[in-house]
Amino acid sequence: MCLGIPGQIVAITDEGRLLAMAEVSGVRREVNVACVAEGALEALVGQWALIHVGFAMSLIDEDEAAKTLEALRDLGEAQETLEQMAAGAAALEERA
Amino acid sequence: MKFASEFRDPKAAKALLVEIARVADEIGATREKPVHIMEVCGGHTHSIFRYGLDKLVHEGIEFIHGPGCPVCVLPRSRVDECIEIAERPGVIFTTFGDAMRVPGSKRSLLQSKADGADIRMVYSPLDALELARRNPEREVVFFGLGFETTTPSTALAIQQAAREGLTNFSIFCNHITVPEPIKALLDDPHMCLDGFIGPGHVSMVIGIHPYDFIARDYGKPLVVAGFEPTDLLQSVLMVLSQIAQGRAEVENQYARVVPEHGNRVSLAAIADVYERRPSFEWRGLGEIDASGLRIRPTYAAFDAEEKFGIGYATGQREVEEAEGCACGAVMTGRVKPVQCPQFGKGCTPEMPLGALMVSSEGACAAYWQYGGARAAAE
Repeated sequence: MCLGIPGQIVAITDEGRLLAMAEVSGVRREVNVACVAEGALEALVGQWALIHVGFAMSLIDEDEAAKTLEALRDLGEAQETLEQMAAGAAALEERA
Repeated sequence: MKFASEFRDPKAAKALLVEIARVADEIGATREKPVHIMEVCGGHTHSIFRYGLDKLVHEGIEFIHGPGCPVCVLPRSRVDECIEIAERPGVIFTTFGDAMRVPGSKRSLLQSKADGADIRMVYSPLDALELARRNPEREVVFFGLGFETTTPSTALAIQQAAREGLTNFSIFCNHITVPEPIKALLDDPHMCLDGFIGPGHVSMVIGIHPYDFIARDYGKPLVVAGFEPTDLLQSVLMVLSQIAQGRAEVENQYARVVPEHGNRVSLAAIADVYERRPSFEWRGLGEIDASGLRIRPTYAAFDAEEKFGIGYATGQREVEEAEGCACGAVMTGRVKPVQCPQFGKGCTPEMPLGALMVSSEGACAAYWQYGGARAAAE
């Protein structure tokens, strides 16, 4: 559960809260970019990041992203993360 | 051997294995007198089993599986406390999915959910924050669990909640740190470790210097590693080379992701929100000095322990493992998973008794998943 998963930042969604839309293995998920936002937020769009529990933790290059994603798929971690993202989305809609 | 198909770069892996064997022979490592290398991180444990690295390397190298799986080292009392919070009226208890099946002294979170508690699996503390915004009449608690990779996420979530003035959001903090249990293991007179493979993504947050004491004070090499199989083999070789050359240093095999000084924003958020507890309890290892974090008084309004008067806030703590469970001995390397009397009998991934069987990063679950047949043959 301590492994990040590579995702590509595709848009800034909430400048005030430092949120961006990232695409992780074909799935879109809003992530926090505070840890990688050194300059203008817009400069992040198109970049790859290691994303851990909804936070972009480190910028990586595209090649590293592809290799890491493949390794995570081998370990079954990529699938697990995507399931957890789906569970997170469902939890917001759940009613007690 | 499925070697060629399993490795992306079989040629590089083979060359590394040859070189590892050469250095292992040079330092006189044998099956009877092996070099003990601890991979601290559960992700590395998983990768080692997935690719069978422990069987591919020279027989004089033995991997000891470290305590780096936060779910596995979570004591039963903390799970009980989660359930106690979750069953309070009005609470929405949110958690990473990994923690759902960890056994408490009586029940797991999954069983408590089945019994009617409002427990929800989320992907991120951001989901818990959003739940708090959408349900102002409910108290949303997030189960903050994990090492330094995960700690910034809850720190930033608390800072955000404070900025928004949310009053119905809190974190049950169980964050732990990597360097302190390594120190505890090195201080254990029964421990015979020769070197370490350091965690990759934890180090991306904290950098490589928090490990300096391991080389400086204990004379042991540590190499921070990525988790692809060739990363791990390369790191094993770097540890062995240090031993062969009589060096003990902290080296960074994973520099493409791990900056020497870590991530500035993450470290600042952690320092702002958290402080060290005098000690924290680890399943199988007991209380370890300064190994856990708690929320600073400035942010007490977001501290579930304070809000609910639970856990370390009450001052009363009791510890015991499930009967017949050898998680503690496995975690300190004294016993292999298959030597536990409950392995595969009273304890399986479907019905775990001990926490090491719960997560794919736990040594017992890894043995079960990848080594069932081969373990039986040992």
